Amino acid sequence: MTDIIIDQTPPILHNPSDKEKKYDRQLRLWAASGQQALEDAHILLLNSGSGAVGIETLKNLVLPGIGKFTIADEAIVDEADLGVNFFLEESSLGKLRSECCTKLLQELNPDVKGDWFPHEQGETLEHLFGSEQRFTLIMYTLPIEPKKVDLIHKHASKHKIPVISIHSAGFYSYFRIRLPGNFPIVETHPDSTATTDLRLLTPWPELLQFTESLTENIENQSALEHGHIPYVALLLHYLGKWKDIHGSLPATYKEKTAFRDTVAAGARRDNPEGGEENFDEAVAAVLKTTSLPTLPSSVKEVFDYSPSDVRIGTQITREPMLMDYQNQMEASSSFWIIAGAVKQFYTKHGALPLAGSVPDMKAQSTVYVKLQNIYKAKARQDAAEVLKIVRTHPSGKDIPEAEVETFCKNAAFIKVIRGTDTAPLNIQDIANKEFDSDENAALASMPLSLFPIYISLNATSHVAFASSSDILTAISKSIPNAASNSRLVQAAEEVARAKGGELHNISALTGGMAAQEVIKIITKQYIPIDNTCVFDELLDLEAVMRRILEMKGRESYIGGGVAGPDILRSTASA
Amino acid sequence: MSQPVMVSGPISPPKSKNSRWTYLDNVRRHPGPFTGETFNSSEEAVSLMDNLKVLVIGAGGLGCEILKNLALSGFKQIHVIDMDTIDVSNLNRQFLFRASDVGSSKAEVAARFVEKRVRGVSITPHNCKIQDKDDDFYMQFNIIVCGLDSVEARRWINSTLVNLVDDENEDSLKPLIDGGTEGFKGQSRVVFPTITSCIECQLDMHAPRAAVPLCTLATIPRQPEHCVEWAHIIAWEQENPFPTLDNDDPEHITWLYKKALARAQEFNIQGVTYSLTQGVVKNIIPAIASTNAIIAASCCNEAFKIATQTNPSLGMAENYMYYTGNDGIYSYTFEHLKKDDCPVCGNLARDIEVDPNFTLQEFIDSLAERAEAQLKKPSIRADRTLYMQSPPSLEEQTRPNLVKKMGELVGNGDEIGVTDPSLGAVNFKYKVKFSREFRGAVVKENID
Ligand SMILES: [Zn+2]
Repeated sequence: MTDIIIDQTPPILHNPSDKEKKYDRQLRLWAASGQQALEDAHILLLNSGSGAVGIETLKNLVLPGIGKFTIADEAIVDEADLGVNFFLEESSLGKLRSECCTKLLQELNPDVKGDWFPHEQGETLEHLFGSEQRFTLIMYTLPIEPKKVDLIHKHASKHKIPVISIHSAGFYSYFRIRLPGNFPIVETHPDSTATTDLRLLTPWPELLQFTESLTENIENQSALEHGHIPYVALLLHYLGKWKDIHGSLPATYKEKTAFRDTVAAGARRDNPEGGEENFDEAVAAVLKTTSLPTLPSSVKEVFDYSPSDVRIGTQITREPMLMDYQNQMEASSSFWIIAGAVKQFYTKHGALPLAGSVPDMKAQSTVYVKLQNIYKAKARQDAAEVLKIVRTHPSGKDIPEAEVETFCKNAAFIKVIRGTDTAPLNIQDIANKEFDSDENAALASMPLSLFPIYISLNATSHVAFASSSDILTAISKSIPNAASNSRLVQAAEEVARAKGGELHNISALTGGMAAQEVIKIITKQYIPIDNTCVFDELLDLEAVMRRILEMKGRESYIGGGVAGPDILRSTASA
Repeated sequence: MSQPVMVSGPISPPKSKNSRWTYLDNVRRHPGPFTGETFNSSEEAVSLMDNLKVLVIGAGGLGCEILKNLALSGFKQIHVIDMDTIDVSNLNRQFLFRASDVGSSKAEVAARFVEKRVRGVSITPHNCKIQDKDDDFYMQFNIIVCGLDSVEARRWINSTLVNLVDDENEDSLKPLIDGGTEGFKGQSRVVFPTITSCIECQLDMHAPRAAVPLCTLATIPRQPEHCVEWAHIIAWEQENPFPTLDNDDPEHITWLYKKALARAQEFNIQGVTYSLTQGVVKNIIPAIASTNAIIAASCCNEAFKIATQTNPSLGMAENYMYYTGNDGIYSYTFEHLKKDDCPVCGNLARDIEVDPNFTLQEFIDSLAERAEAQLKKPSIRADRTLYMQSPPSLEEQTRPNLVKKMGELVGNGDEIGVTDPSLGAVNFKYKVKFSREFRGAVVKENID
């Protein structure tokens, strides 16, 4: 072993590795932990139909460096493939599409392994799913034979694998995500403008001492000192004075604006600038720092839910033993143990564990660093208390401390995408609701429902192509008056126009969106779309419709061809 | 209740024999329910596309996608312009490049790759700056698609295309389609120069990051970024370790990193890393393949619809699409209105609040941070020239004005003109409104 001399100055430099150089632009989004998750992933694509959208999705996953992908596709490359699929070339004609695409995709990133299926004629999906290899996520493209869909969902539900189905035809496309059970996310990456709770209404002794040391004799301080008191200390100082006079902290809006005037009046204006920056910052921060933080609804949802007592609806009838076992498994996962501990912490203190970060503010360097340390120390203390509760849980002793700390740091932003336990909705009901709300939407210039596109594309899930009357006939089985609804008729006509063929742009766009979702699911960072059909291998509209109903104006379906007022109605104009 | 589906045998879409463009022809040869009056499905109309010339500006993350998409949308005459060479950090998304291409011209490698992959498409590379090309060059194109990472370049091409418009010649109107991304977010927009809201009209939607005051960097750093900026702006100037700073030279970045780290240690500031140093110095925006795919495809879909009229395109009404995938998926499309006081496509003067006690230099500095101006090297004239950045003789002649107060140089209500040749024909007309009383031409006090 060689001797290592550790020298304080110059500091030890960490220059980037080759991998860090190559992935620099994405590591800034999901860091090394997200990258590792991608590199551990093996993604299966069951390719079907005109076959471009799945390959475009994979391209966007091979580039950032997933560990491995497998393409299952029995189609033989023909002329039309070369007009829509970029990962085929002249020499691919007449060869197995899966093999050709695999090879050309692999060229994009030598760190990624690629494989195709079938290797030999006669190999079936049963062989693929019967093998030892486990997939992290399965994607399949439509149209596809129903028996394949059955196989995929059986396999996915048995091994708890997320499934994404994608359908792109002409100017239209949609994709659906089915997550195997509840999907908790800790690192949701809230917007930088999301407020951090600074606890100015419930300060702790160290913070108060710090404030006192800076605001003692505030009237007689030098211009330099006075102009550099960090706004956290200024606000605490004036809150203390307010309380002395009024007996309580400013609570109503009127009191808060009066308080804001008091703070503003404290600034010295007899200088060339005519004011002080730190006081400006304090004034601007009054309203957001003088309200007690309420529990964010997504956190409340986590607190209100306990995996062990999940209500089991009609879906349990399928495999009750498995369901119970899985609930137990979920209950003993680290997320729910830590969530339970944070809930106890919240019940006791009326606040979530402190995140510990301090926004930048005008201050002397040493003073600011001191303030940072006070917040960090408090955050560590809160996390230690949560850790203590975690350790009392029968399965809590092996949970790494770092995981608890990350959880506490993000506590205000955690989220669970939940499975649903209600029976599937009736399509007729959904249709009625969607068309009713469209009548109001038209009046309020709100976006119209994309339901007609979904239902029309979906009618062609298992056929190469269909005429608009075929599509409408199929739809009328569940929506009796389909043929008299002009929006349904138009959507059916647009789907029929494509004759089952993809347009490269729409498939590239859809492949980009689907790949973003795959990355979010695999890295467990950021928030995937809320589309949660648990263990449901039947083609069930409910989850998809829930998305449409709850997120009007959000677009999980692309009306790529018709950006005009018919499909993607604007909600704002600048 | 299950969904209505039809079931048939093995699934492969129908195609005309040996036709590579079967799927494109499904929409090019047949109108749909939303297709407009101008659509023409004849053989001749479809073959018109063979002669349409499209210019792609930028062969980076968006550019690679755009070239692929246009080639597979039936465009045959494509040009691409980019002055950059390939860097290893491009490989996570710029899929037309391989490790062995590092150091080569982006435009050339990208053009060669797509030409080889898609039969029958011609792609002409231009390995140069967009400013190196003249009006005649831009005049030859029918559609311009931009995948740029620089606001300056966007403003330059925008003003160039607006100025190209000649009312007598309808071919002089070139639709400009522009895409941009950051992380999981992006936007695409369509401009019909002089007719609809232009890039300059929309400038204030993309406000620049506020600069950290110099005194913070010099005396009271608090954040790791402050230490990096100090190394970048102050230490480099003082020590001049290399003749000129090259942001792409790892040796230079390492020098800045060491300086920043030492300063951070001095002030007990955590968080200075090589990656952060590089990010601050180069103003790096996170970029991933999937977002580029979404935005580039949205741009090319608009180009396709403009060229073929197969479906209504963005532009005349809604002209701006915003997308974010951070929290679920959210996108909205809206109409950004043209501004009468736009410095490129409008002709009215806009009001500007000016502190008459500012020096001309301070006023010029403030123009860099104003969201609707973002001018780094402006020249200013009133009834006479107040300051010119070039030529050097004129710069020298007007330089003494920089220390004079605005109140000395212009009157309340005067109109001033602000130009910046690096942005093309951008010409700001401002009507000066004094924000407070002029205290007279006294010697400037030292502020902070
Ligand atoms: Zn304009």
